[in-house]
Amino acid sequence: MSNKEYNANFINRQSFIELDARERAKALFDAGTSRELLGPFDRVESPWLPMQGVTPQEDDGCVVMKGKIGGQVAVVVAIEGAFQGGSIREVSGGKLAAALDLACADNEKGIPTSAVILLETGGVRLQEANLGEAAIAEIMASILVLRKHAPVICVTAGTVGCFGGMSLAAGLCSYVVMTREARLGMNGPEVIEQESGVDEFDSSDHALIWAIDGGEQRYAMGLADALVDDDTPQVADAVRRLVSQGVPPVYRSSQVALYRSRIAALDTSRQWDPRELRALWTTNGSKEEKR
Amino acid sequence: MEHIELDYPAKRKVPKRAHVGVVGSGDLEILLEPAEGEIAHVTIRTSVDGFRDTWKAVLDRFFTKYDGAVRIQINDAGGTPGNVQLRLEQAVEVSER
Repeated sequence: MSNKEYNANFINRQSFIELDARERAKALFDAGTSRELLGPFDRVESPWLPMQGVTPQEDDGCVVMKGKIGGQVAVVVAIEGAFQGGSIREVSGGKLAAALDLACADNEKGIPTSAVILLETGGVRLQEANLGEAAIAEIMASILVLRKHAPVICVTAGTVGCFGGMSLAAGLCSYVVMTREARLGMNGPEVIEQESGVDEFDSSDHALIWAIDGGEQRYAMGLADALVDDDTPQVADAVRRLVSQGVPPVYRSSQVALYRSRIAALDTSRQWDPRELRALWTTNGSKEEKR
Repeated sequence: MEHIELDYPAKRKVPKRAHVGVVGSGDLEILLEPAEGEIAHVTIRTSVDGFRDTWKAVLDRFFTKYDGAVRIQINDAGGTPGNVQLRLEQAVEVSER
């Protein structure tokens, strides 16, 4: 590829990461089929933030849209990473869980409805901690019920990534889609450094963070099902393909024995190089999980 | 968090409502809705206290050119005056489109 072609591709690329939550959600639907539910003009905002002197957002940073993906009914819920770090709270978590429950009710009525959740979140919002924890528990319960009927697809594109309680929710999803820019992990690098010291995890080392939590590593280790470029049509294509693929034969989260045996076999007395671990745990190559 | 309310005279009806922006650091969210009568009402909630005069100056200037009868709600997380002006113009553009 000549330099000129490369530049044209780069310039004409439609970045997904640069879109806000509303635009991201809309971009996944078949053109002209989407409509927003409980949008900003319904003014369902957090009652707790103003009490603590924090400006709320009218949709509480959670966009719910319904429409069709590849001709099939689907609901998309997008968390806005730019508002309070995409944190999950009473209203936003409630909207996410309720959307999944309504999709589940539609499936039970015989209307196949898939769900796509776009997660850019550090987990629970500290200002509403207990309510956020409860919301994440509800979301996880809702995913477990819905995923039996229809695929629940998690997309984490970056740049916030998906951490904390919502990484567990991502782990329960039927499929996970990531970009190289995205990160997925339970404890964030700064939390690990704070709790276990800089020798355990140097949170200022960005190359190390992405080598461990980044989309490329997560995909190679079998913790994500699709790795896409930061390109809107590519993300939408991946989602459409997974919606049409339907319910997976085996869930990642049901393979407890496999992951336990892997961790048990690991010598934790030394630091592992992310590439070594990838070679050891590579599943997308070996098809070990038969997914 | 500071709460500011401002009123301006208006002359014409606005075709539709508009929502722009995000309550992210240095940014703001604007909800613009058509209103009845000959008045424009602006409600501002900002995370940065003590800038009432600056808000009034930015909106005074905006309403020297804009004459729509609207209710505008601004949720602000530290947007600069230039940023506020751009978001207001964006909201108008979306509502007239």
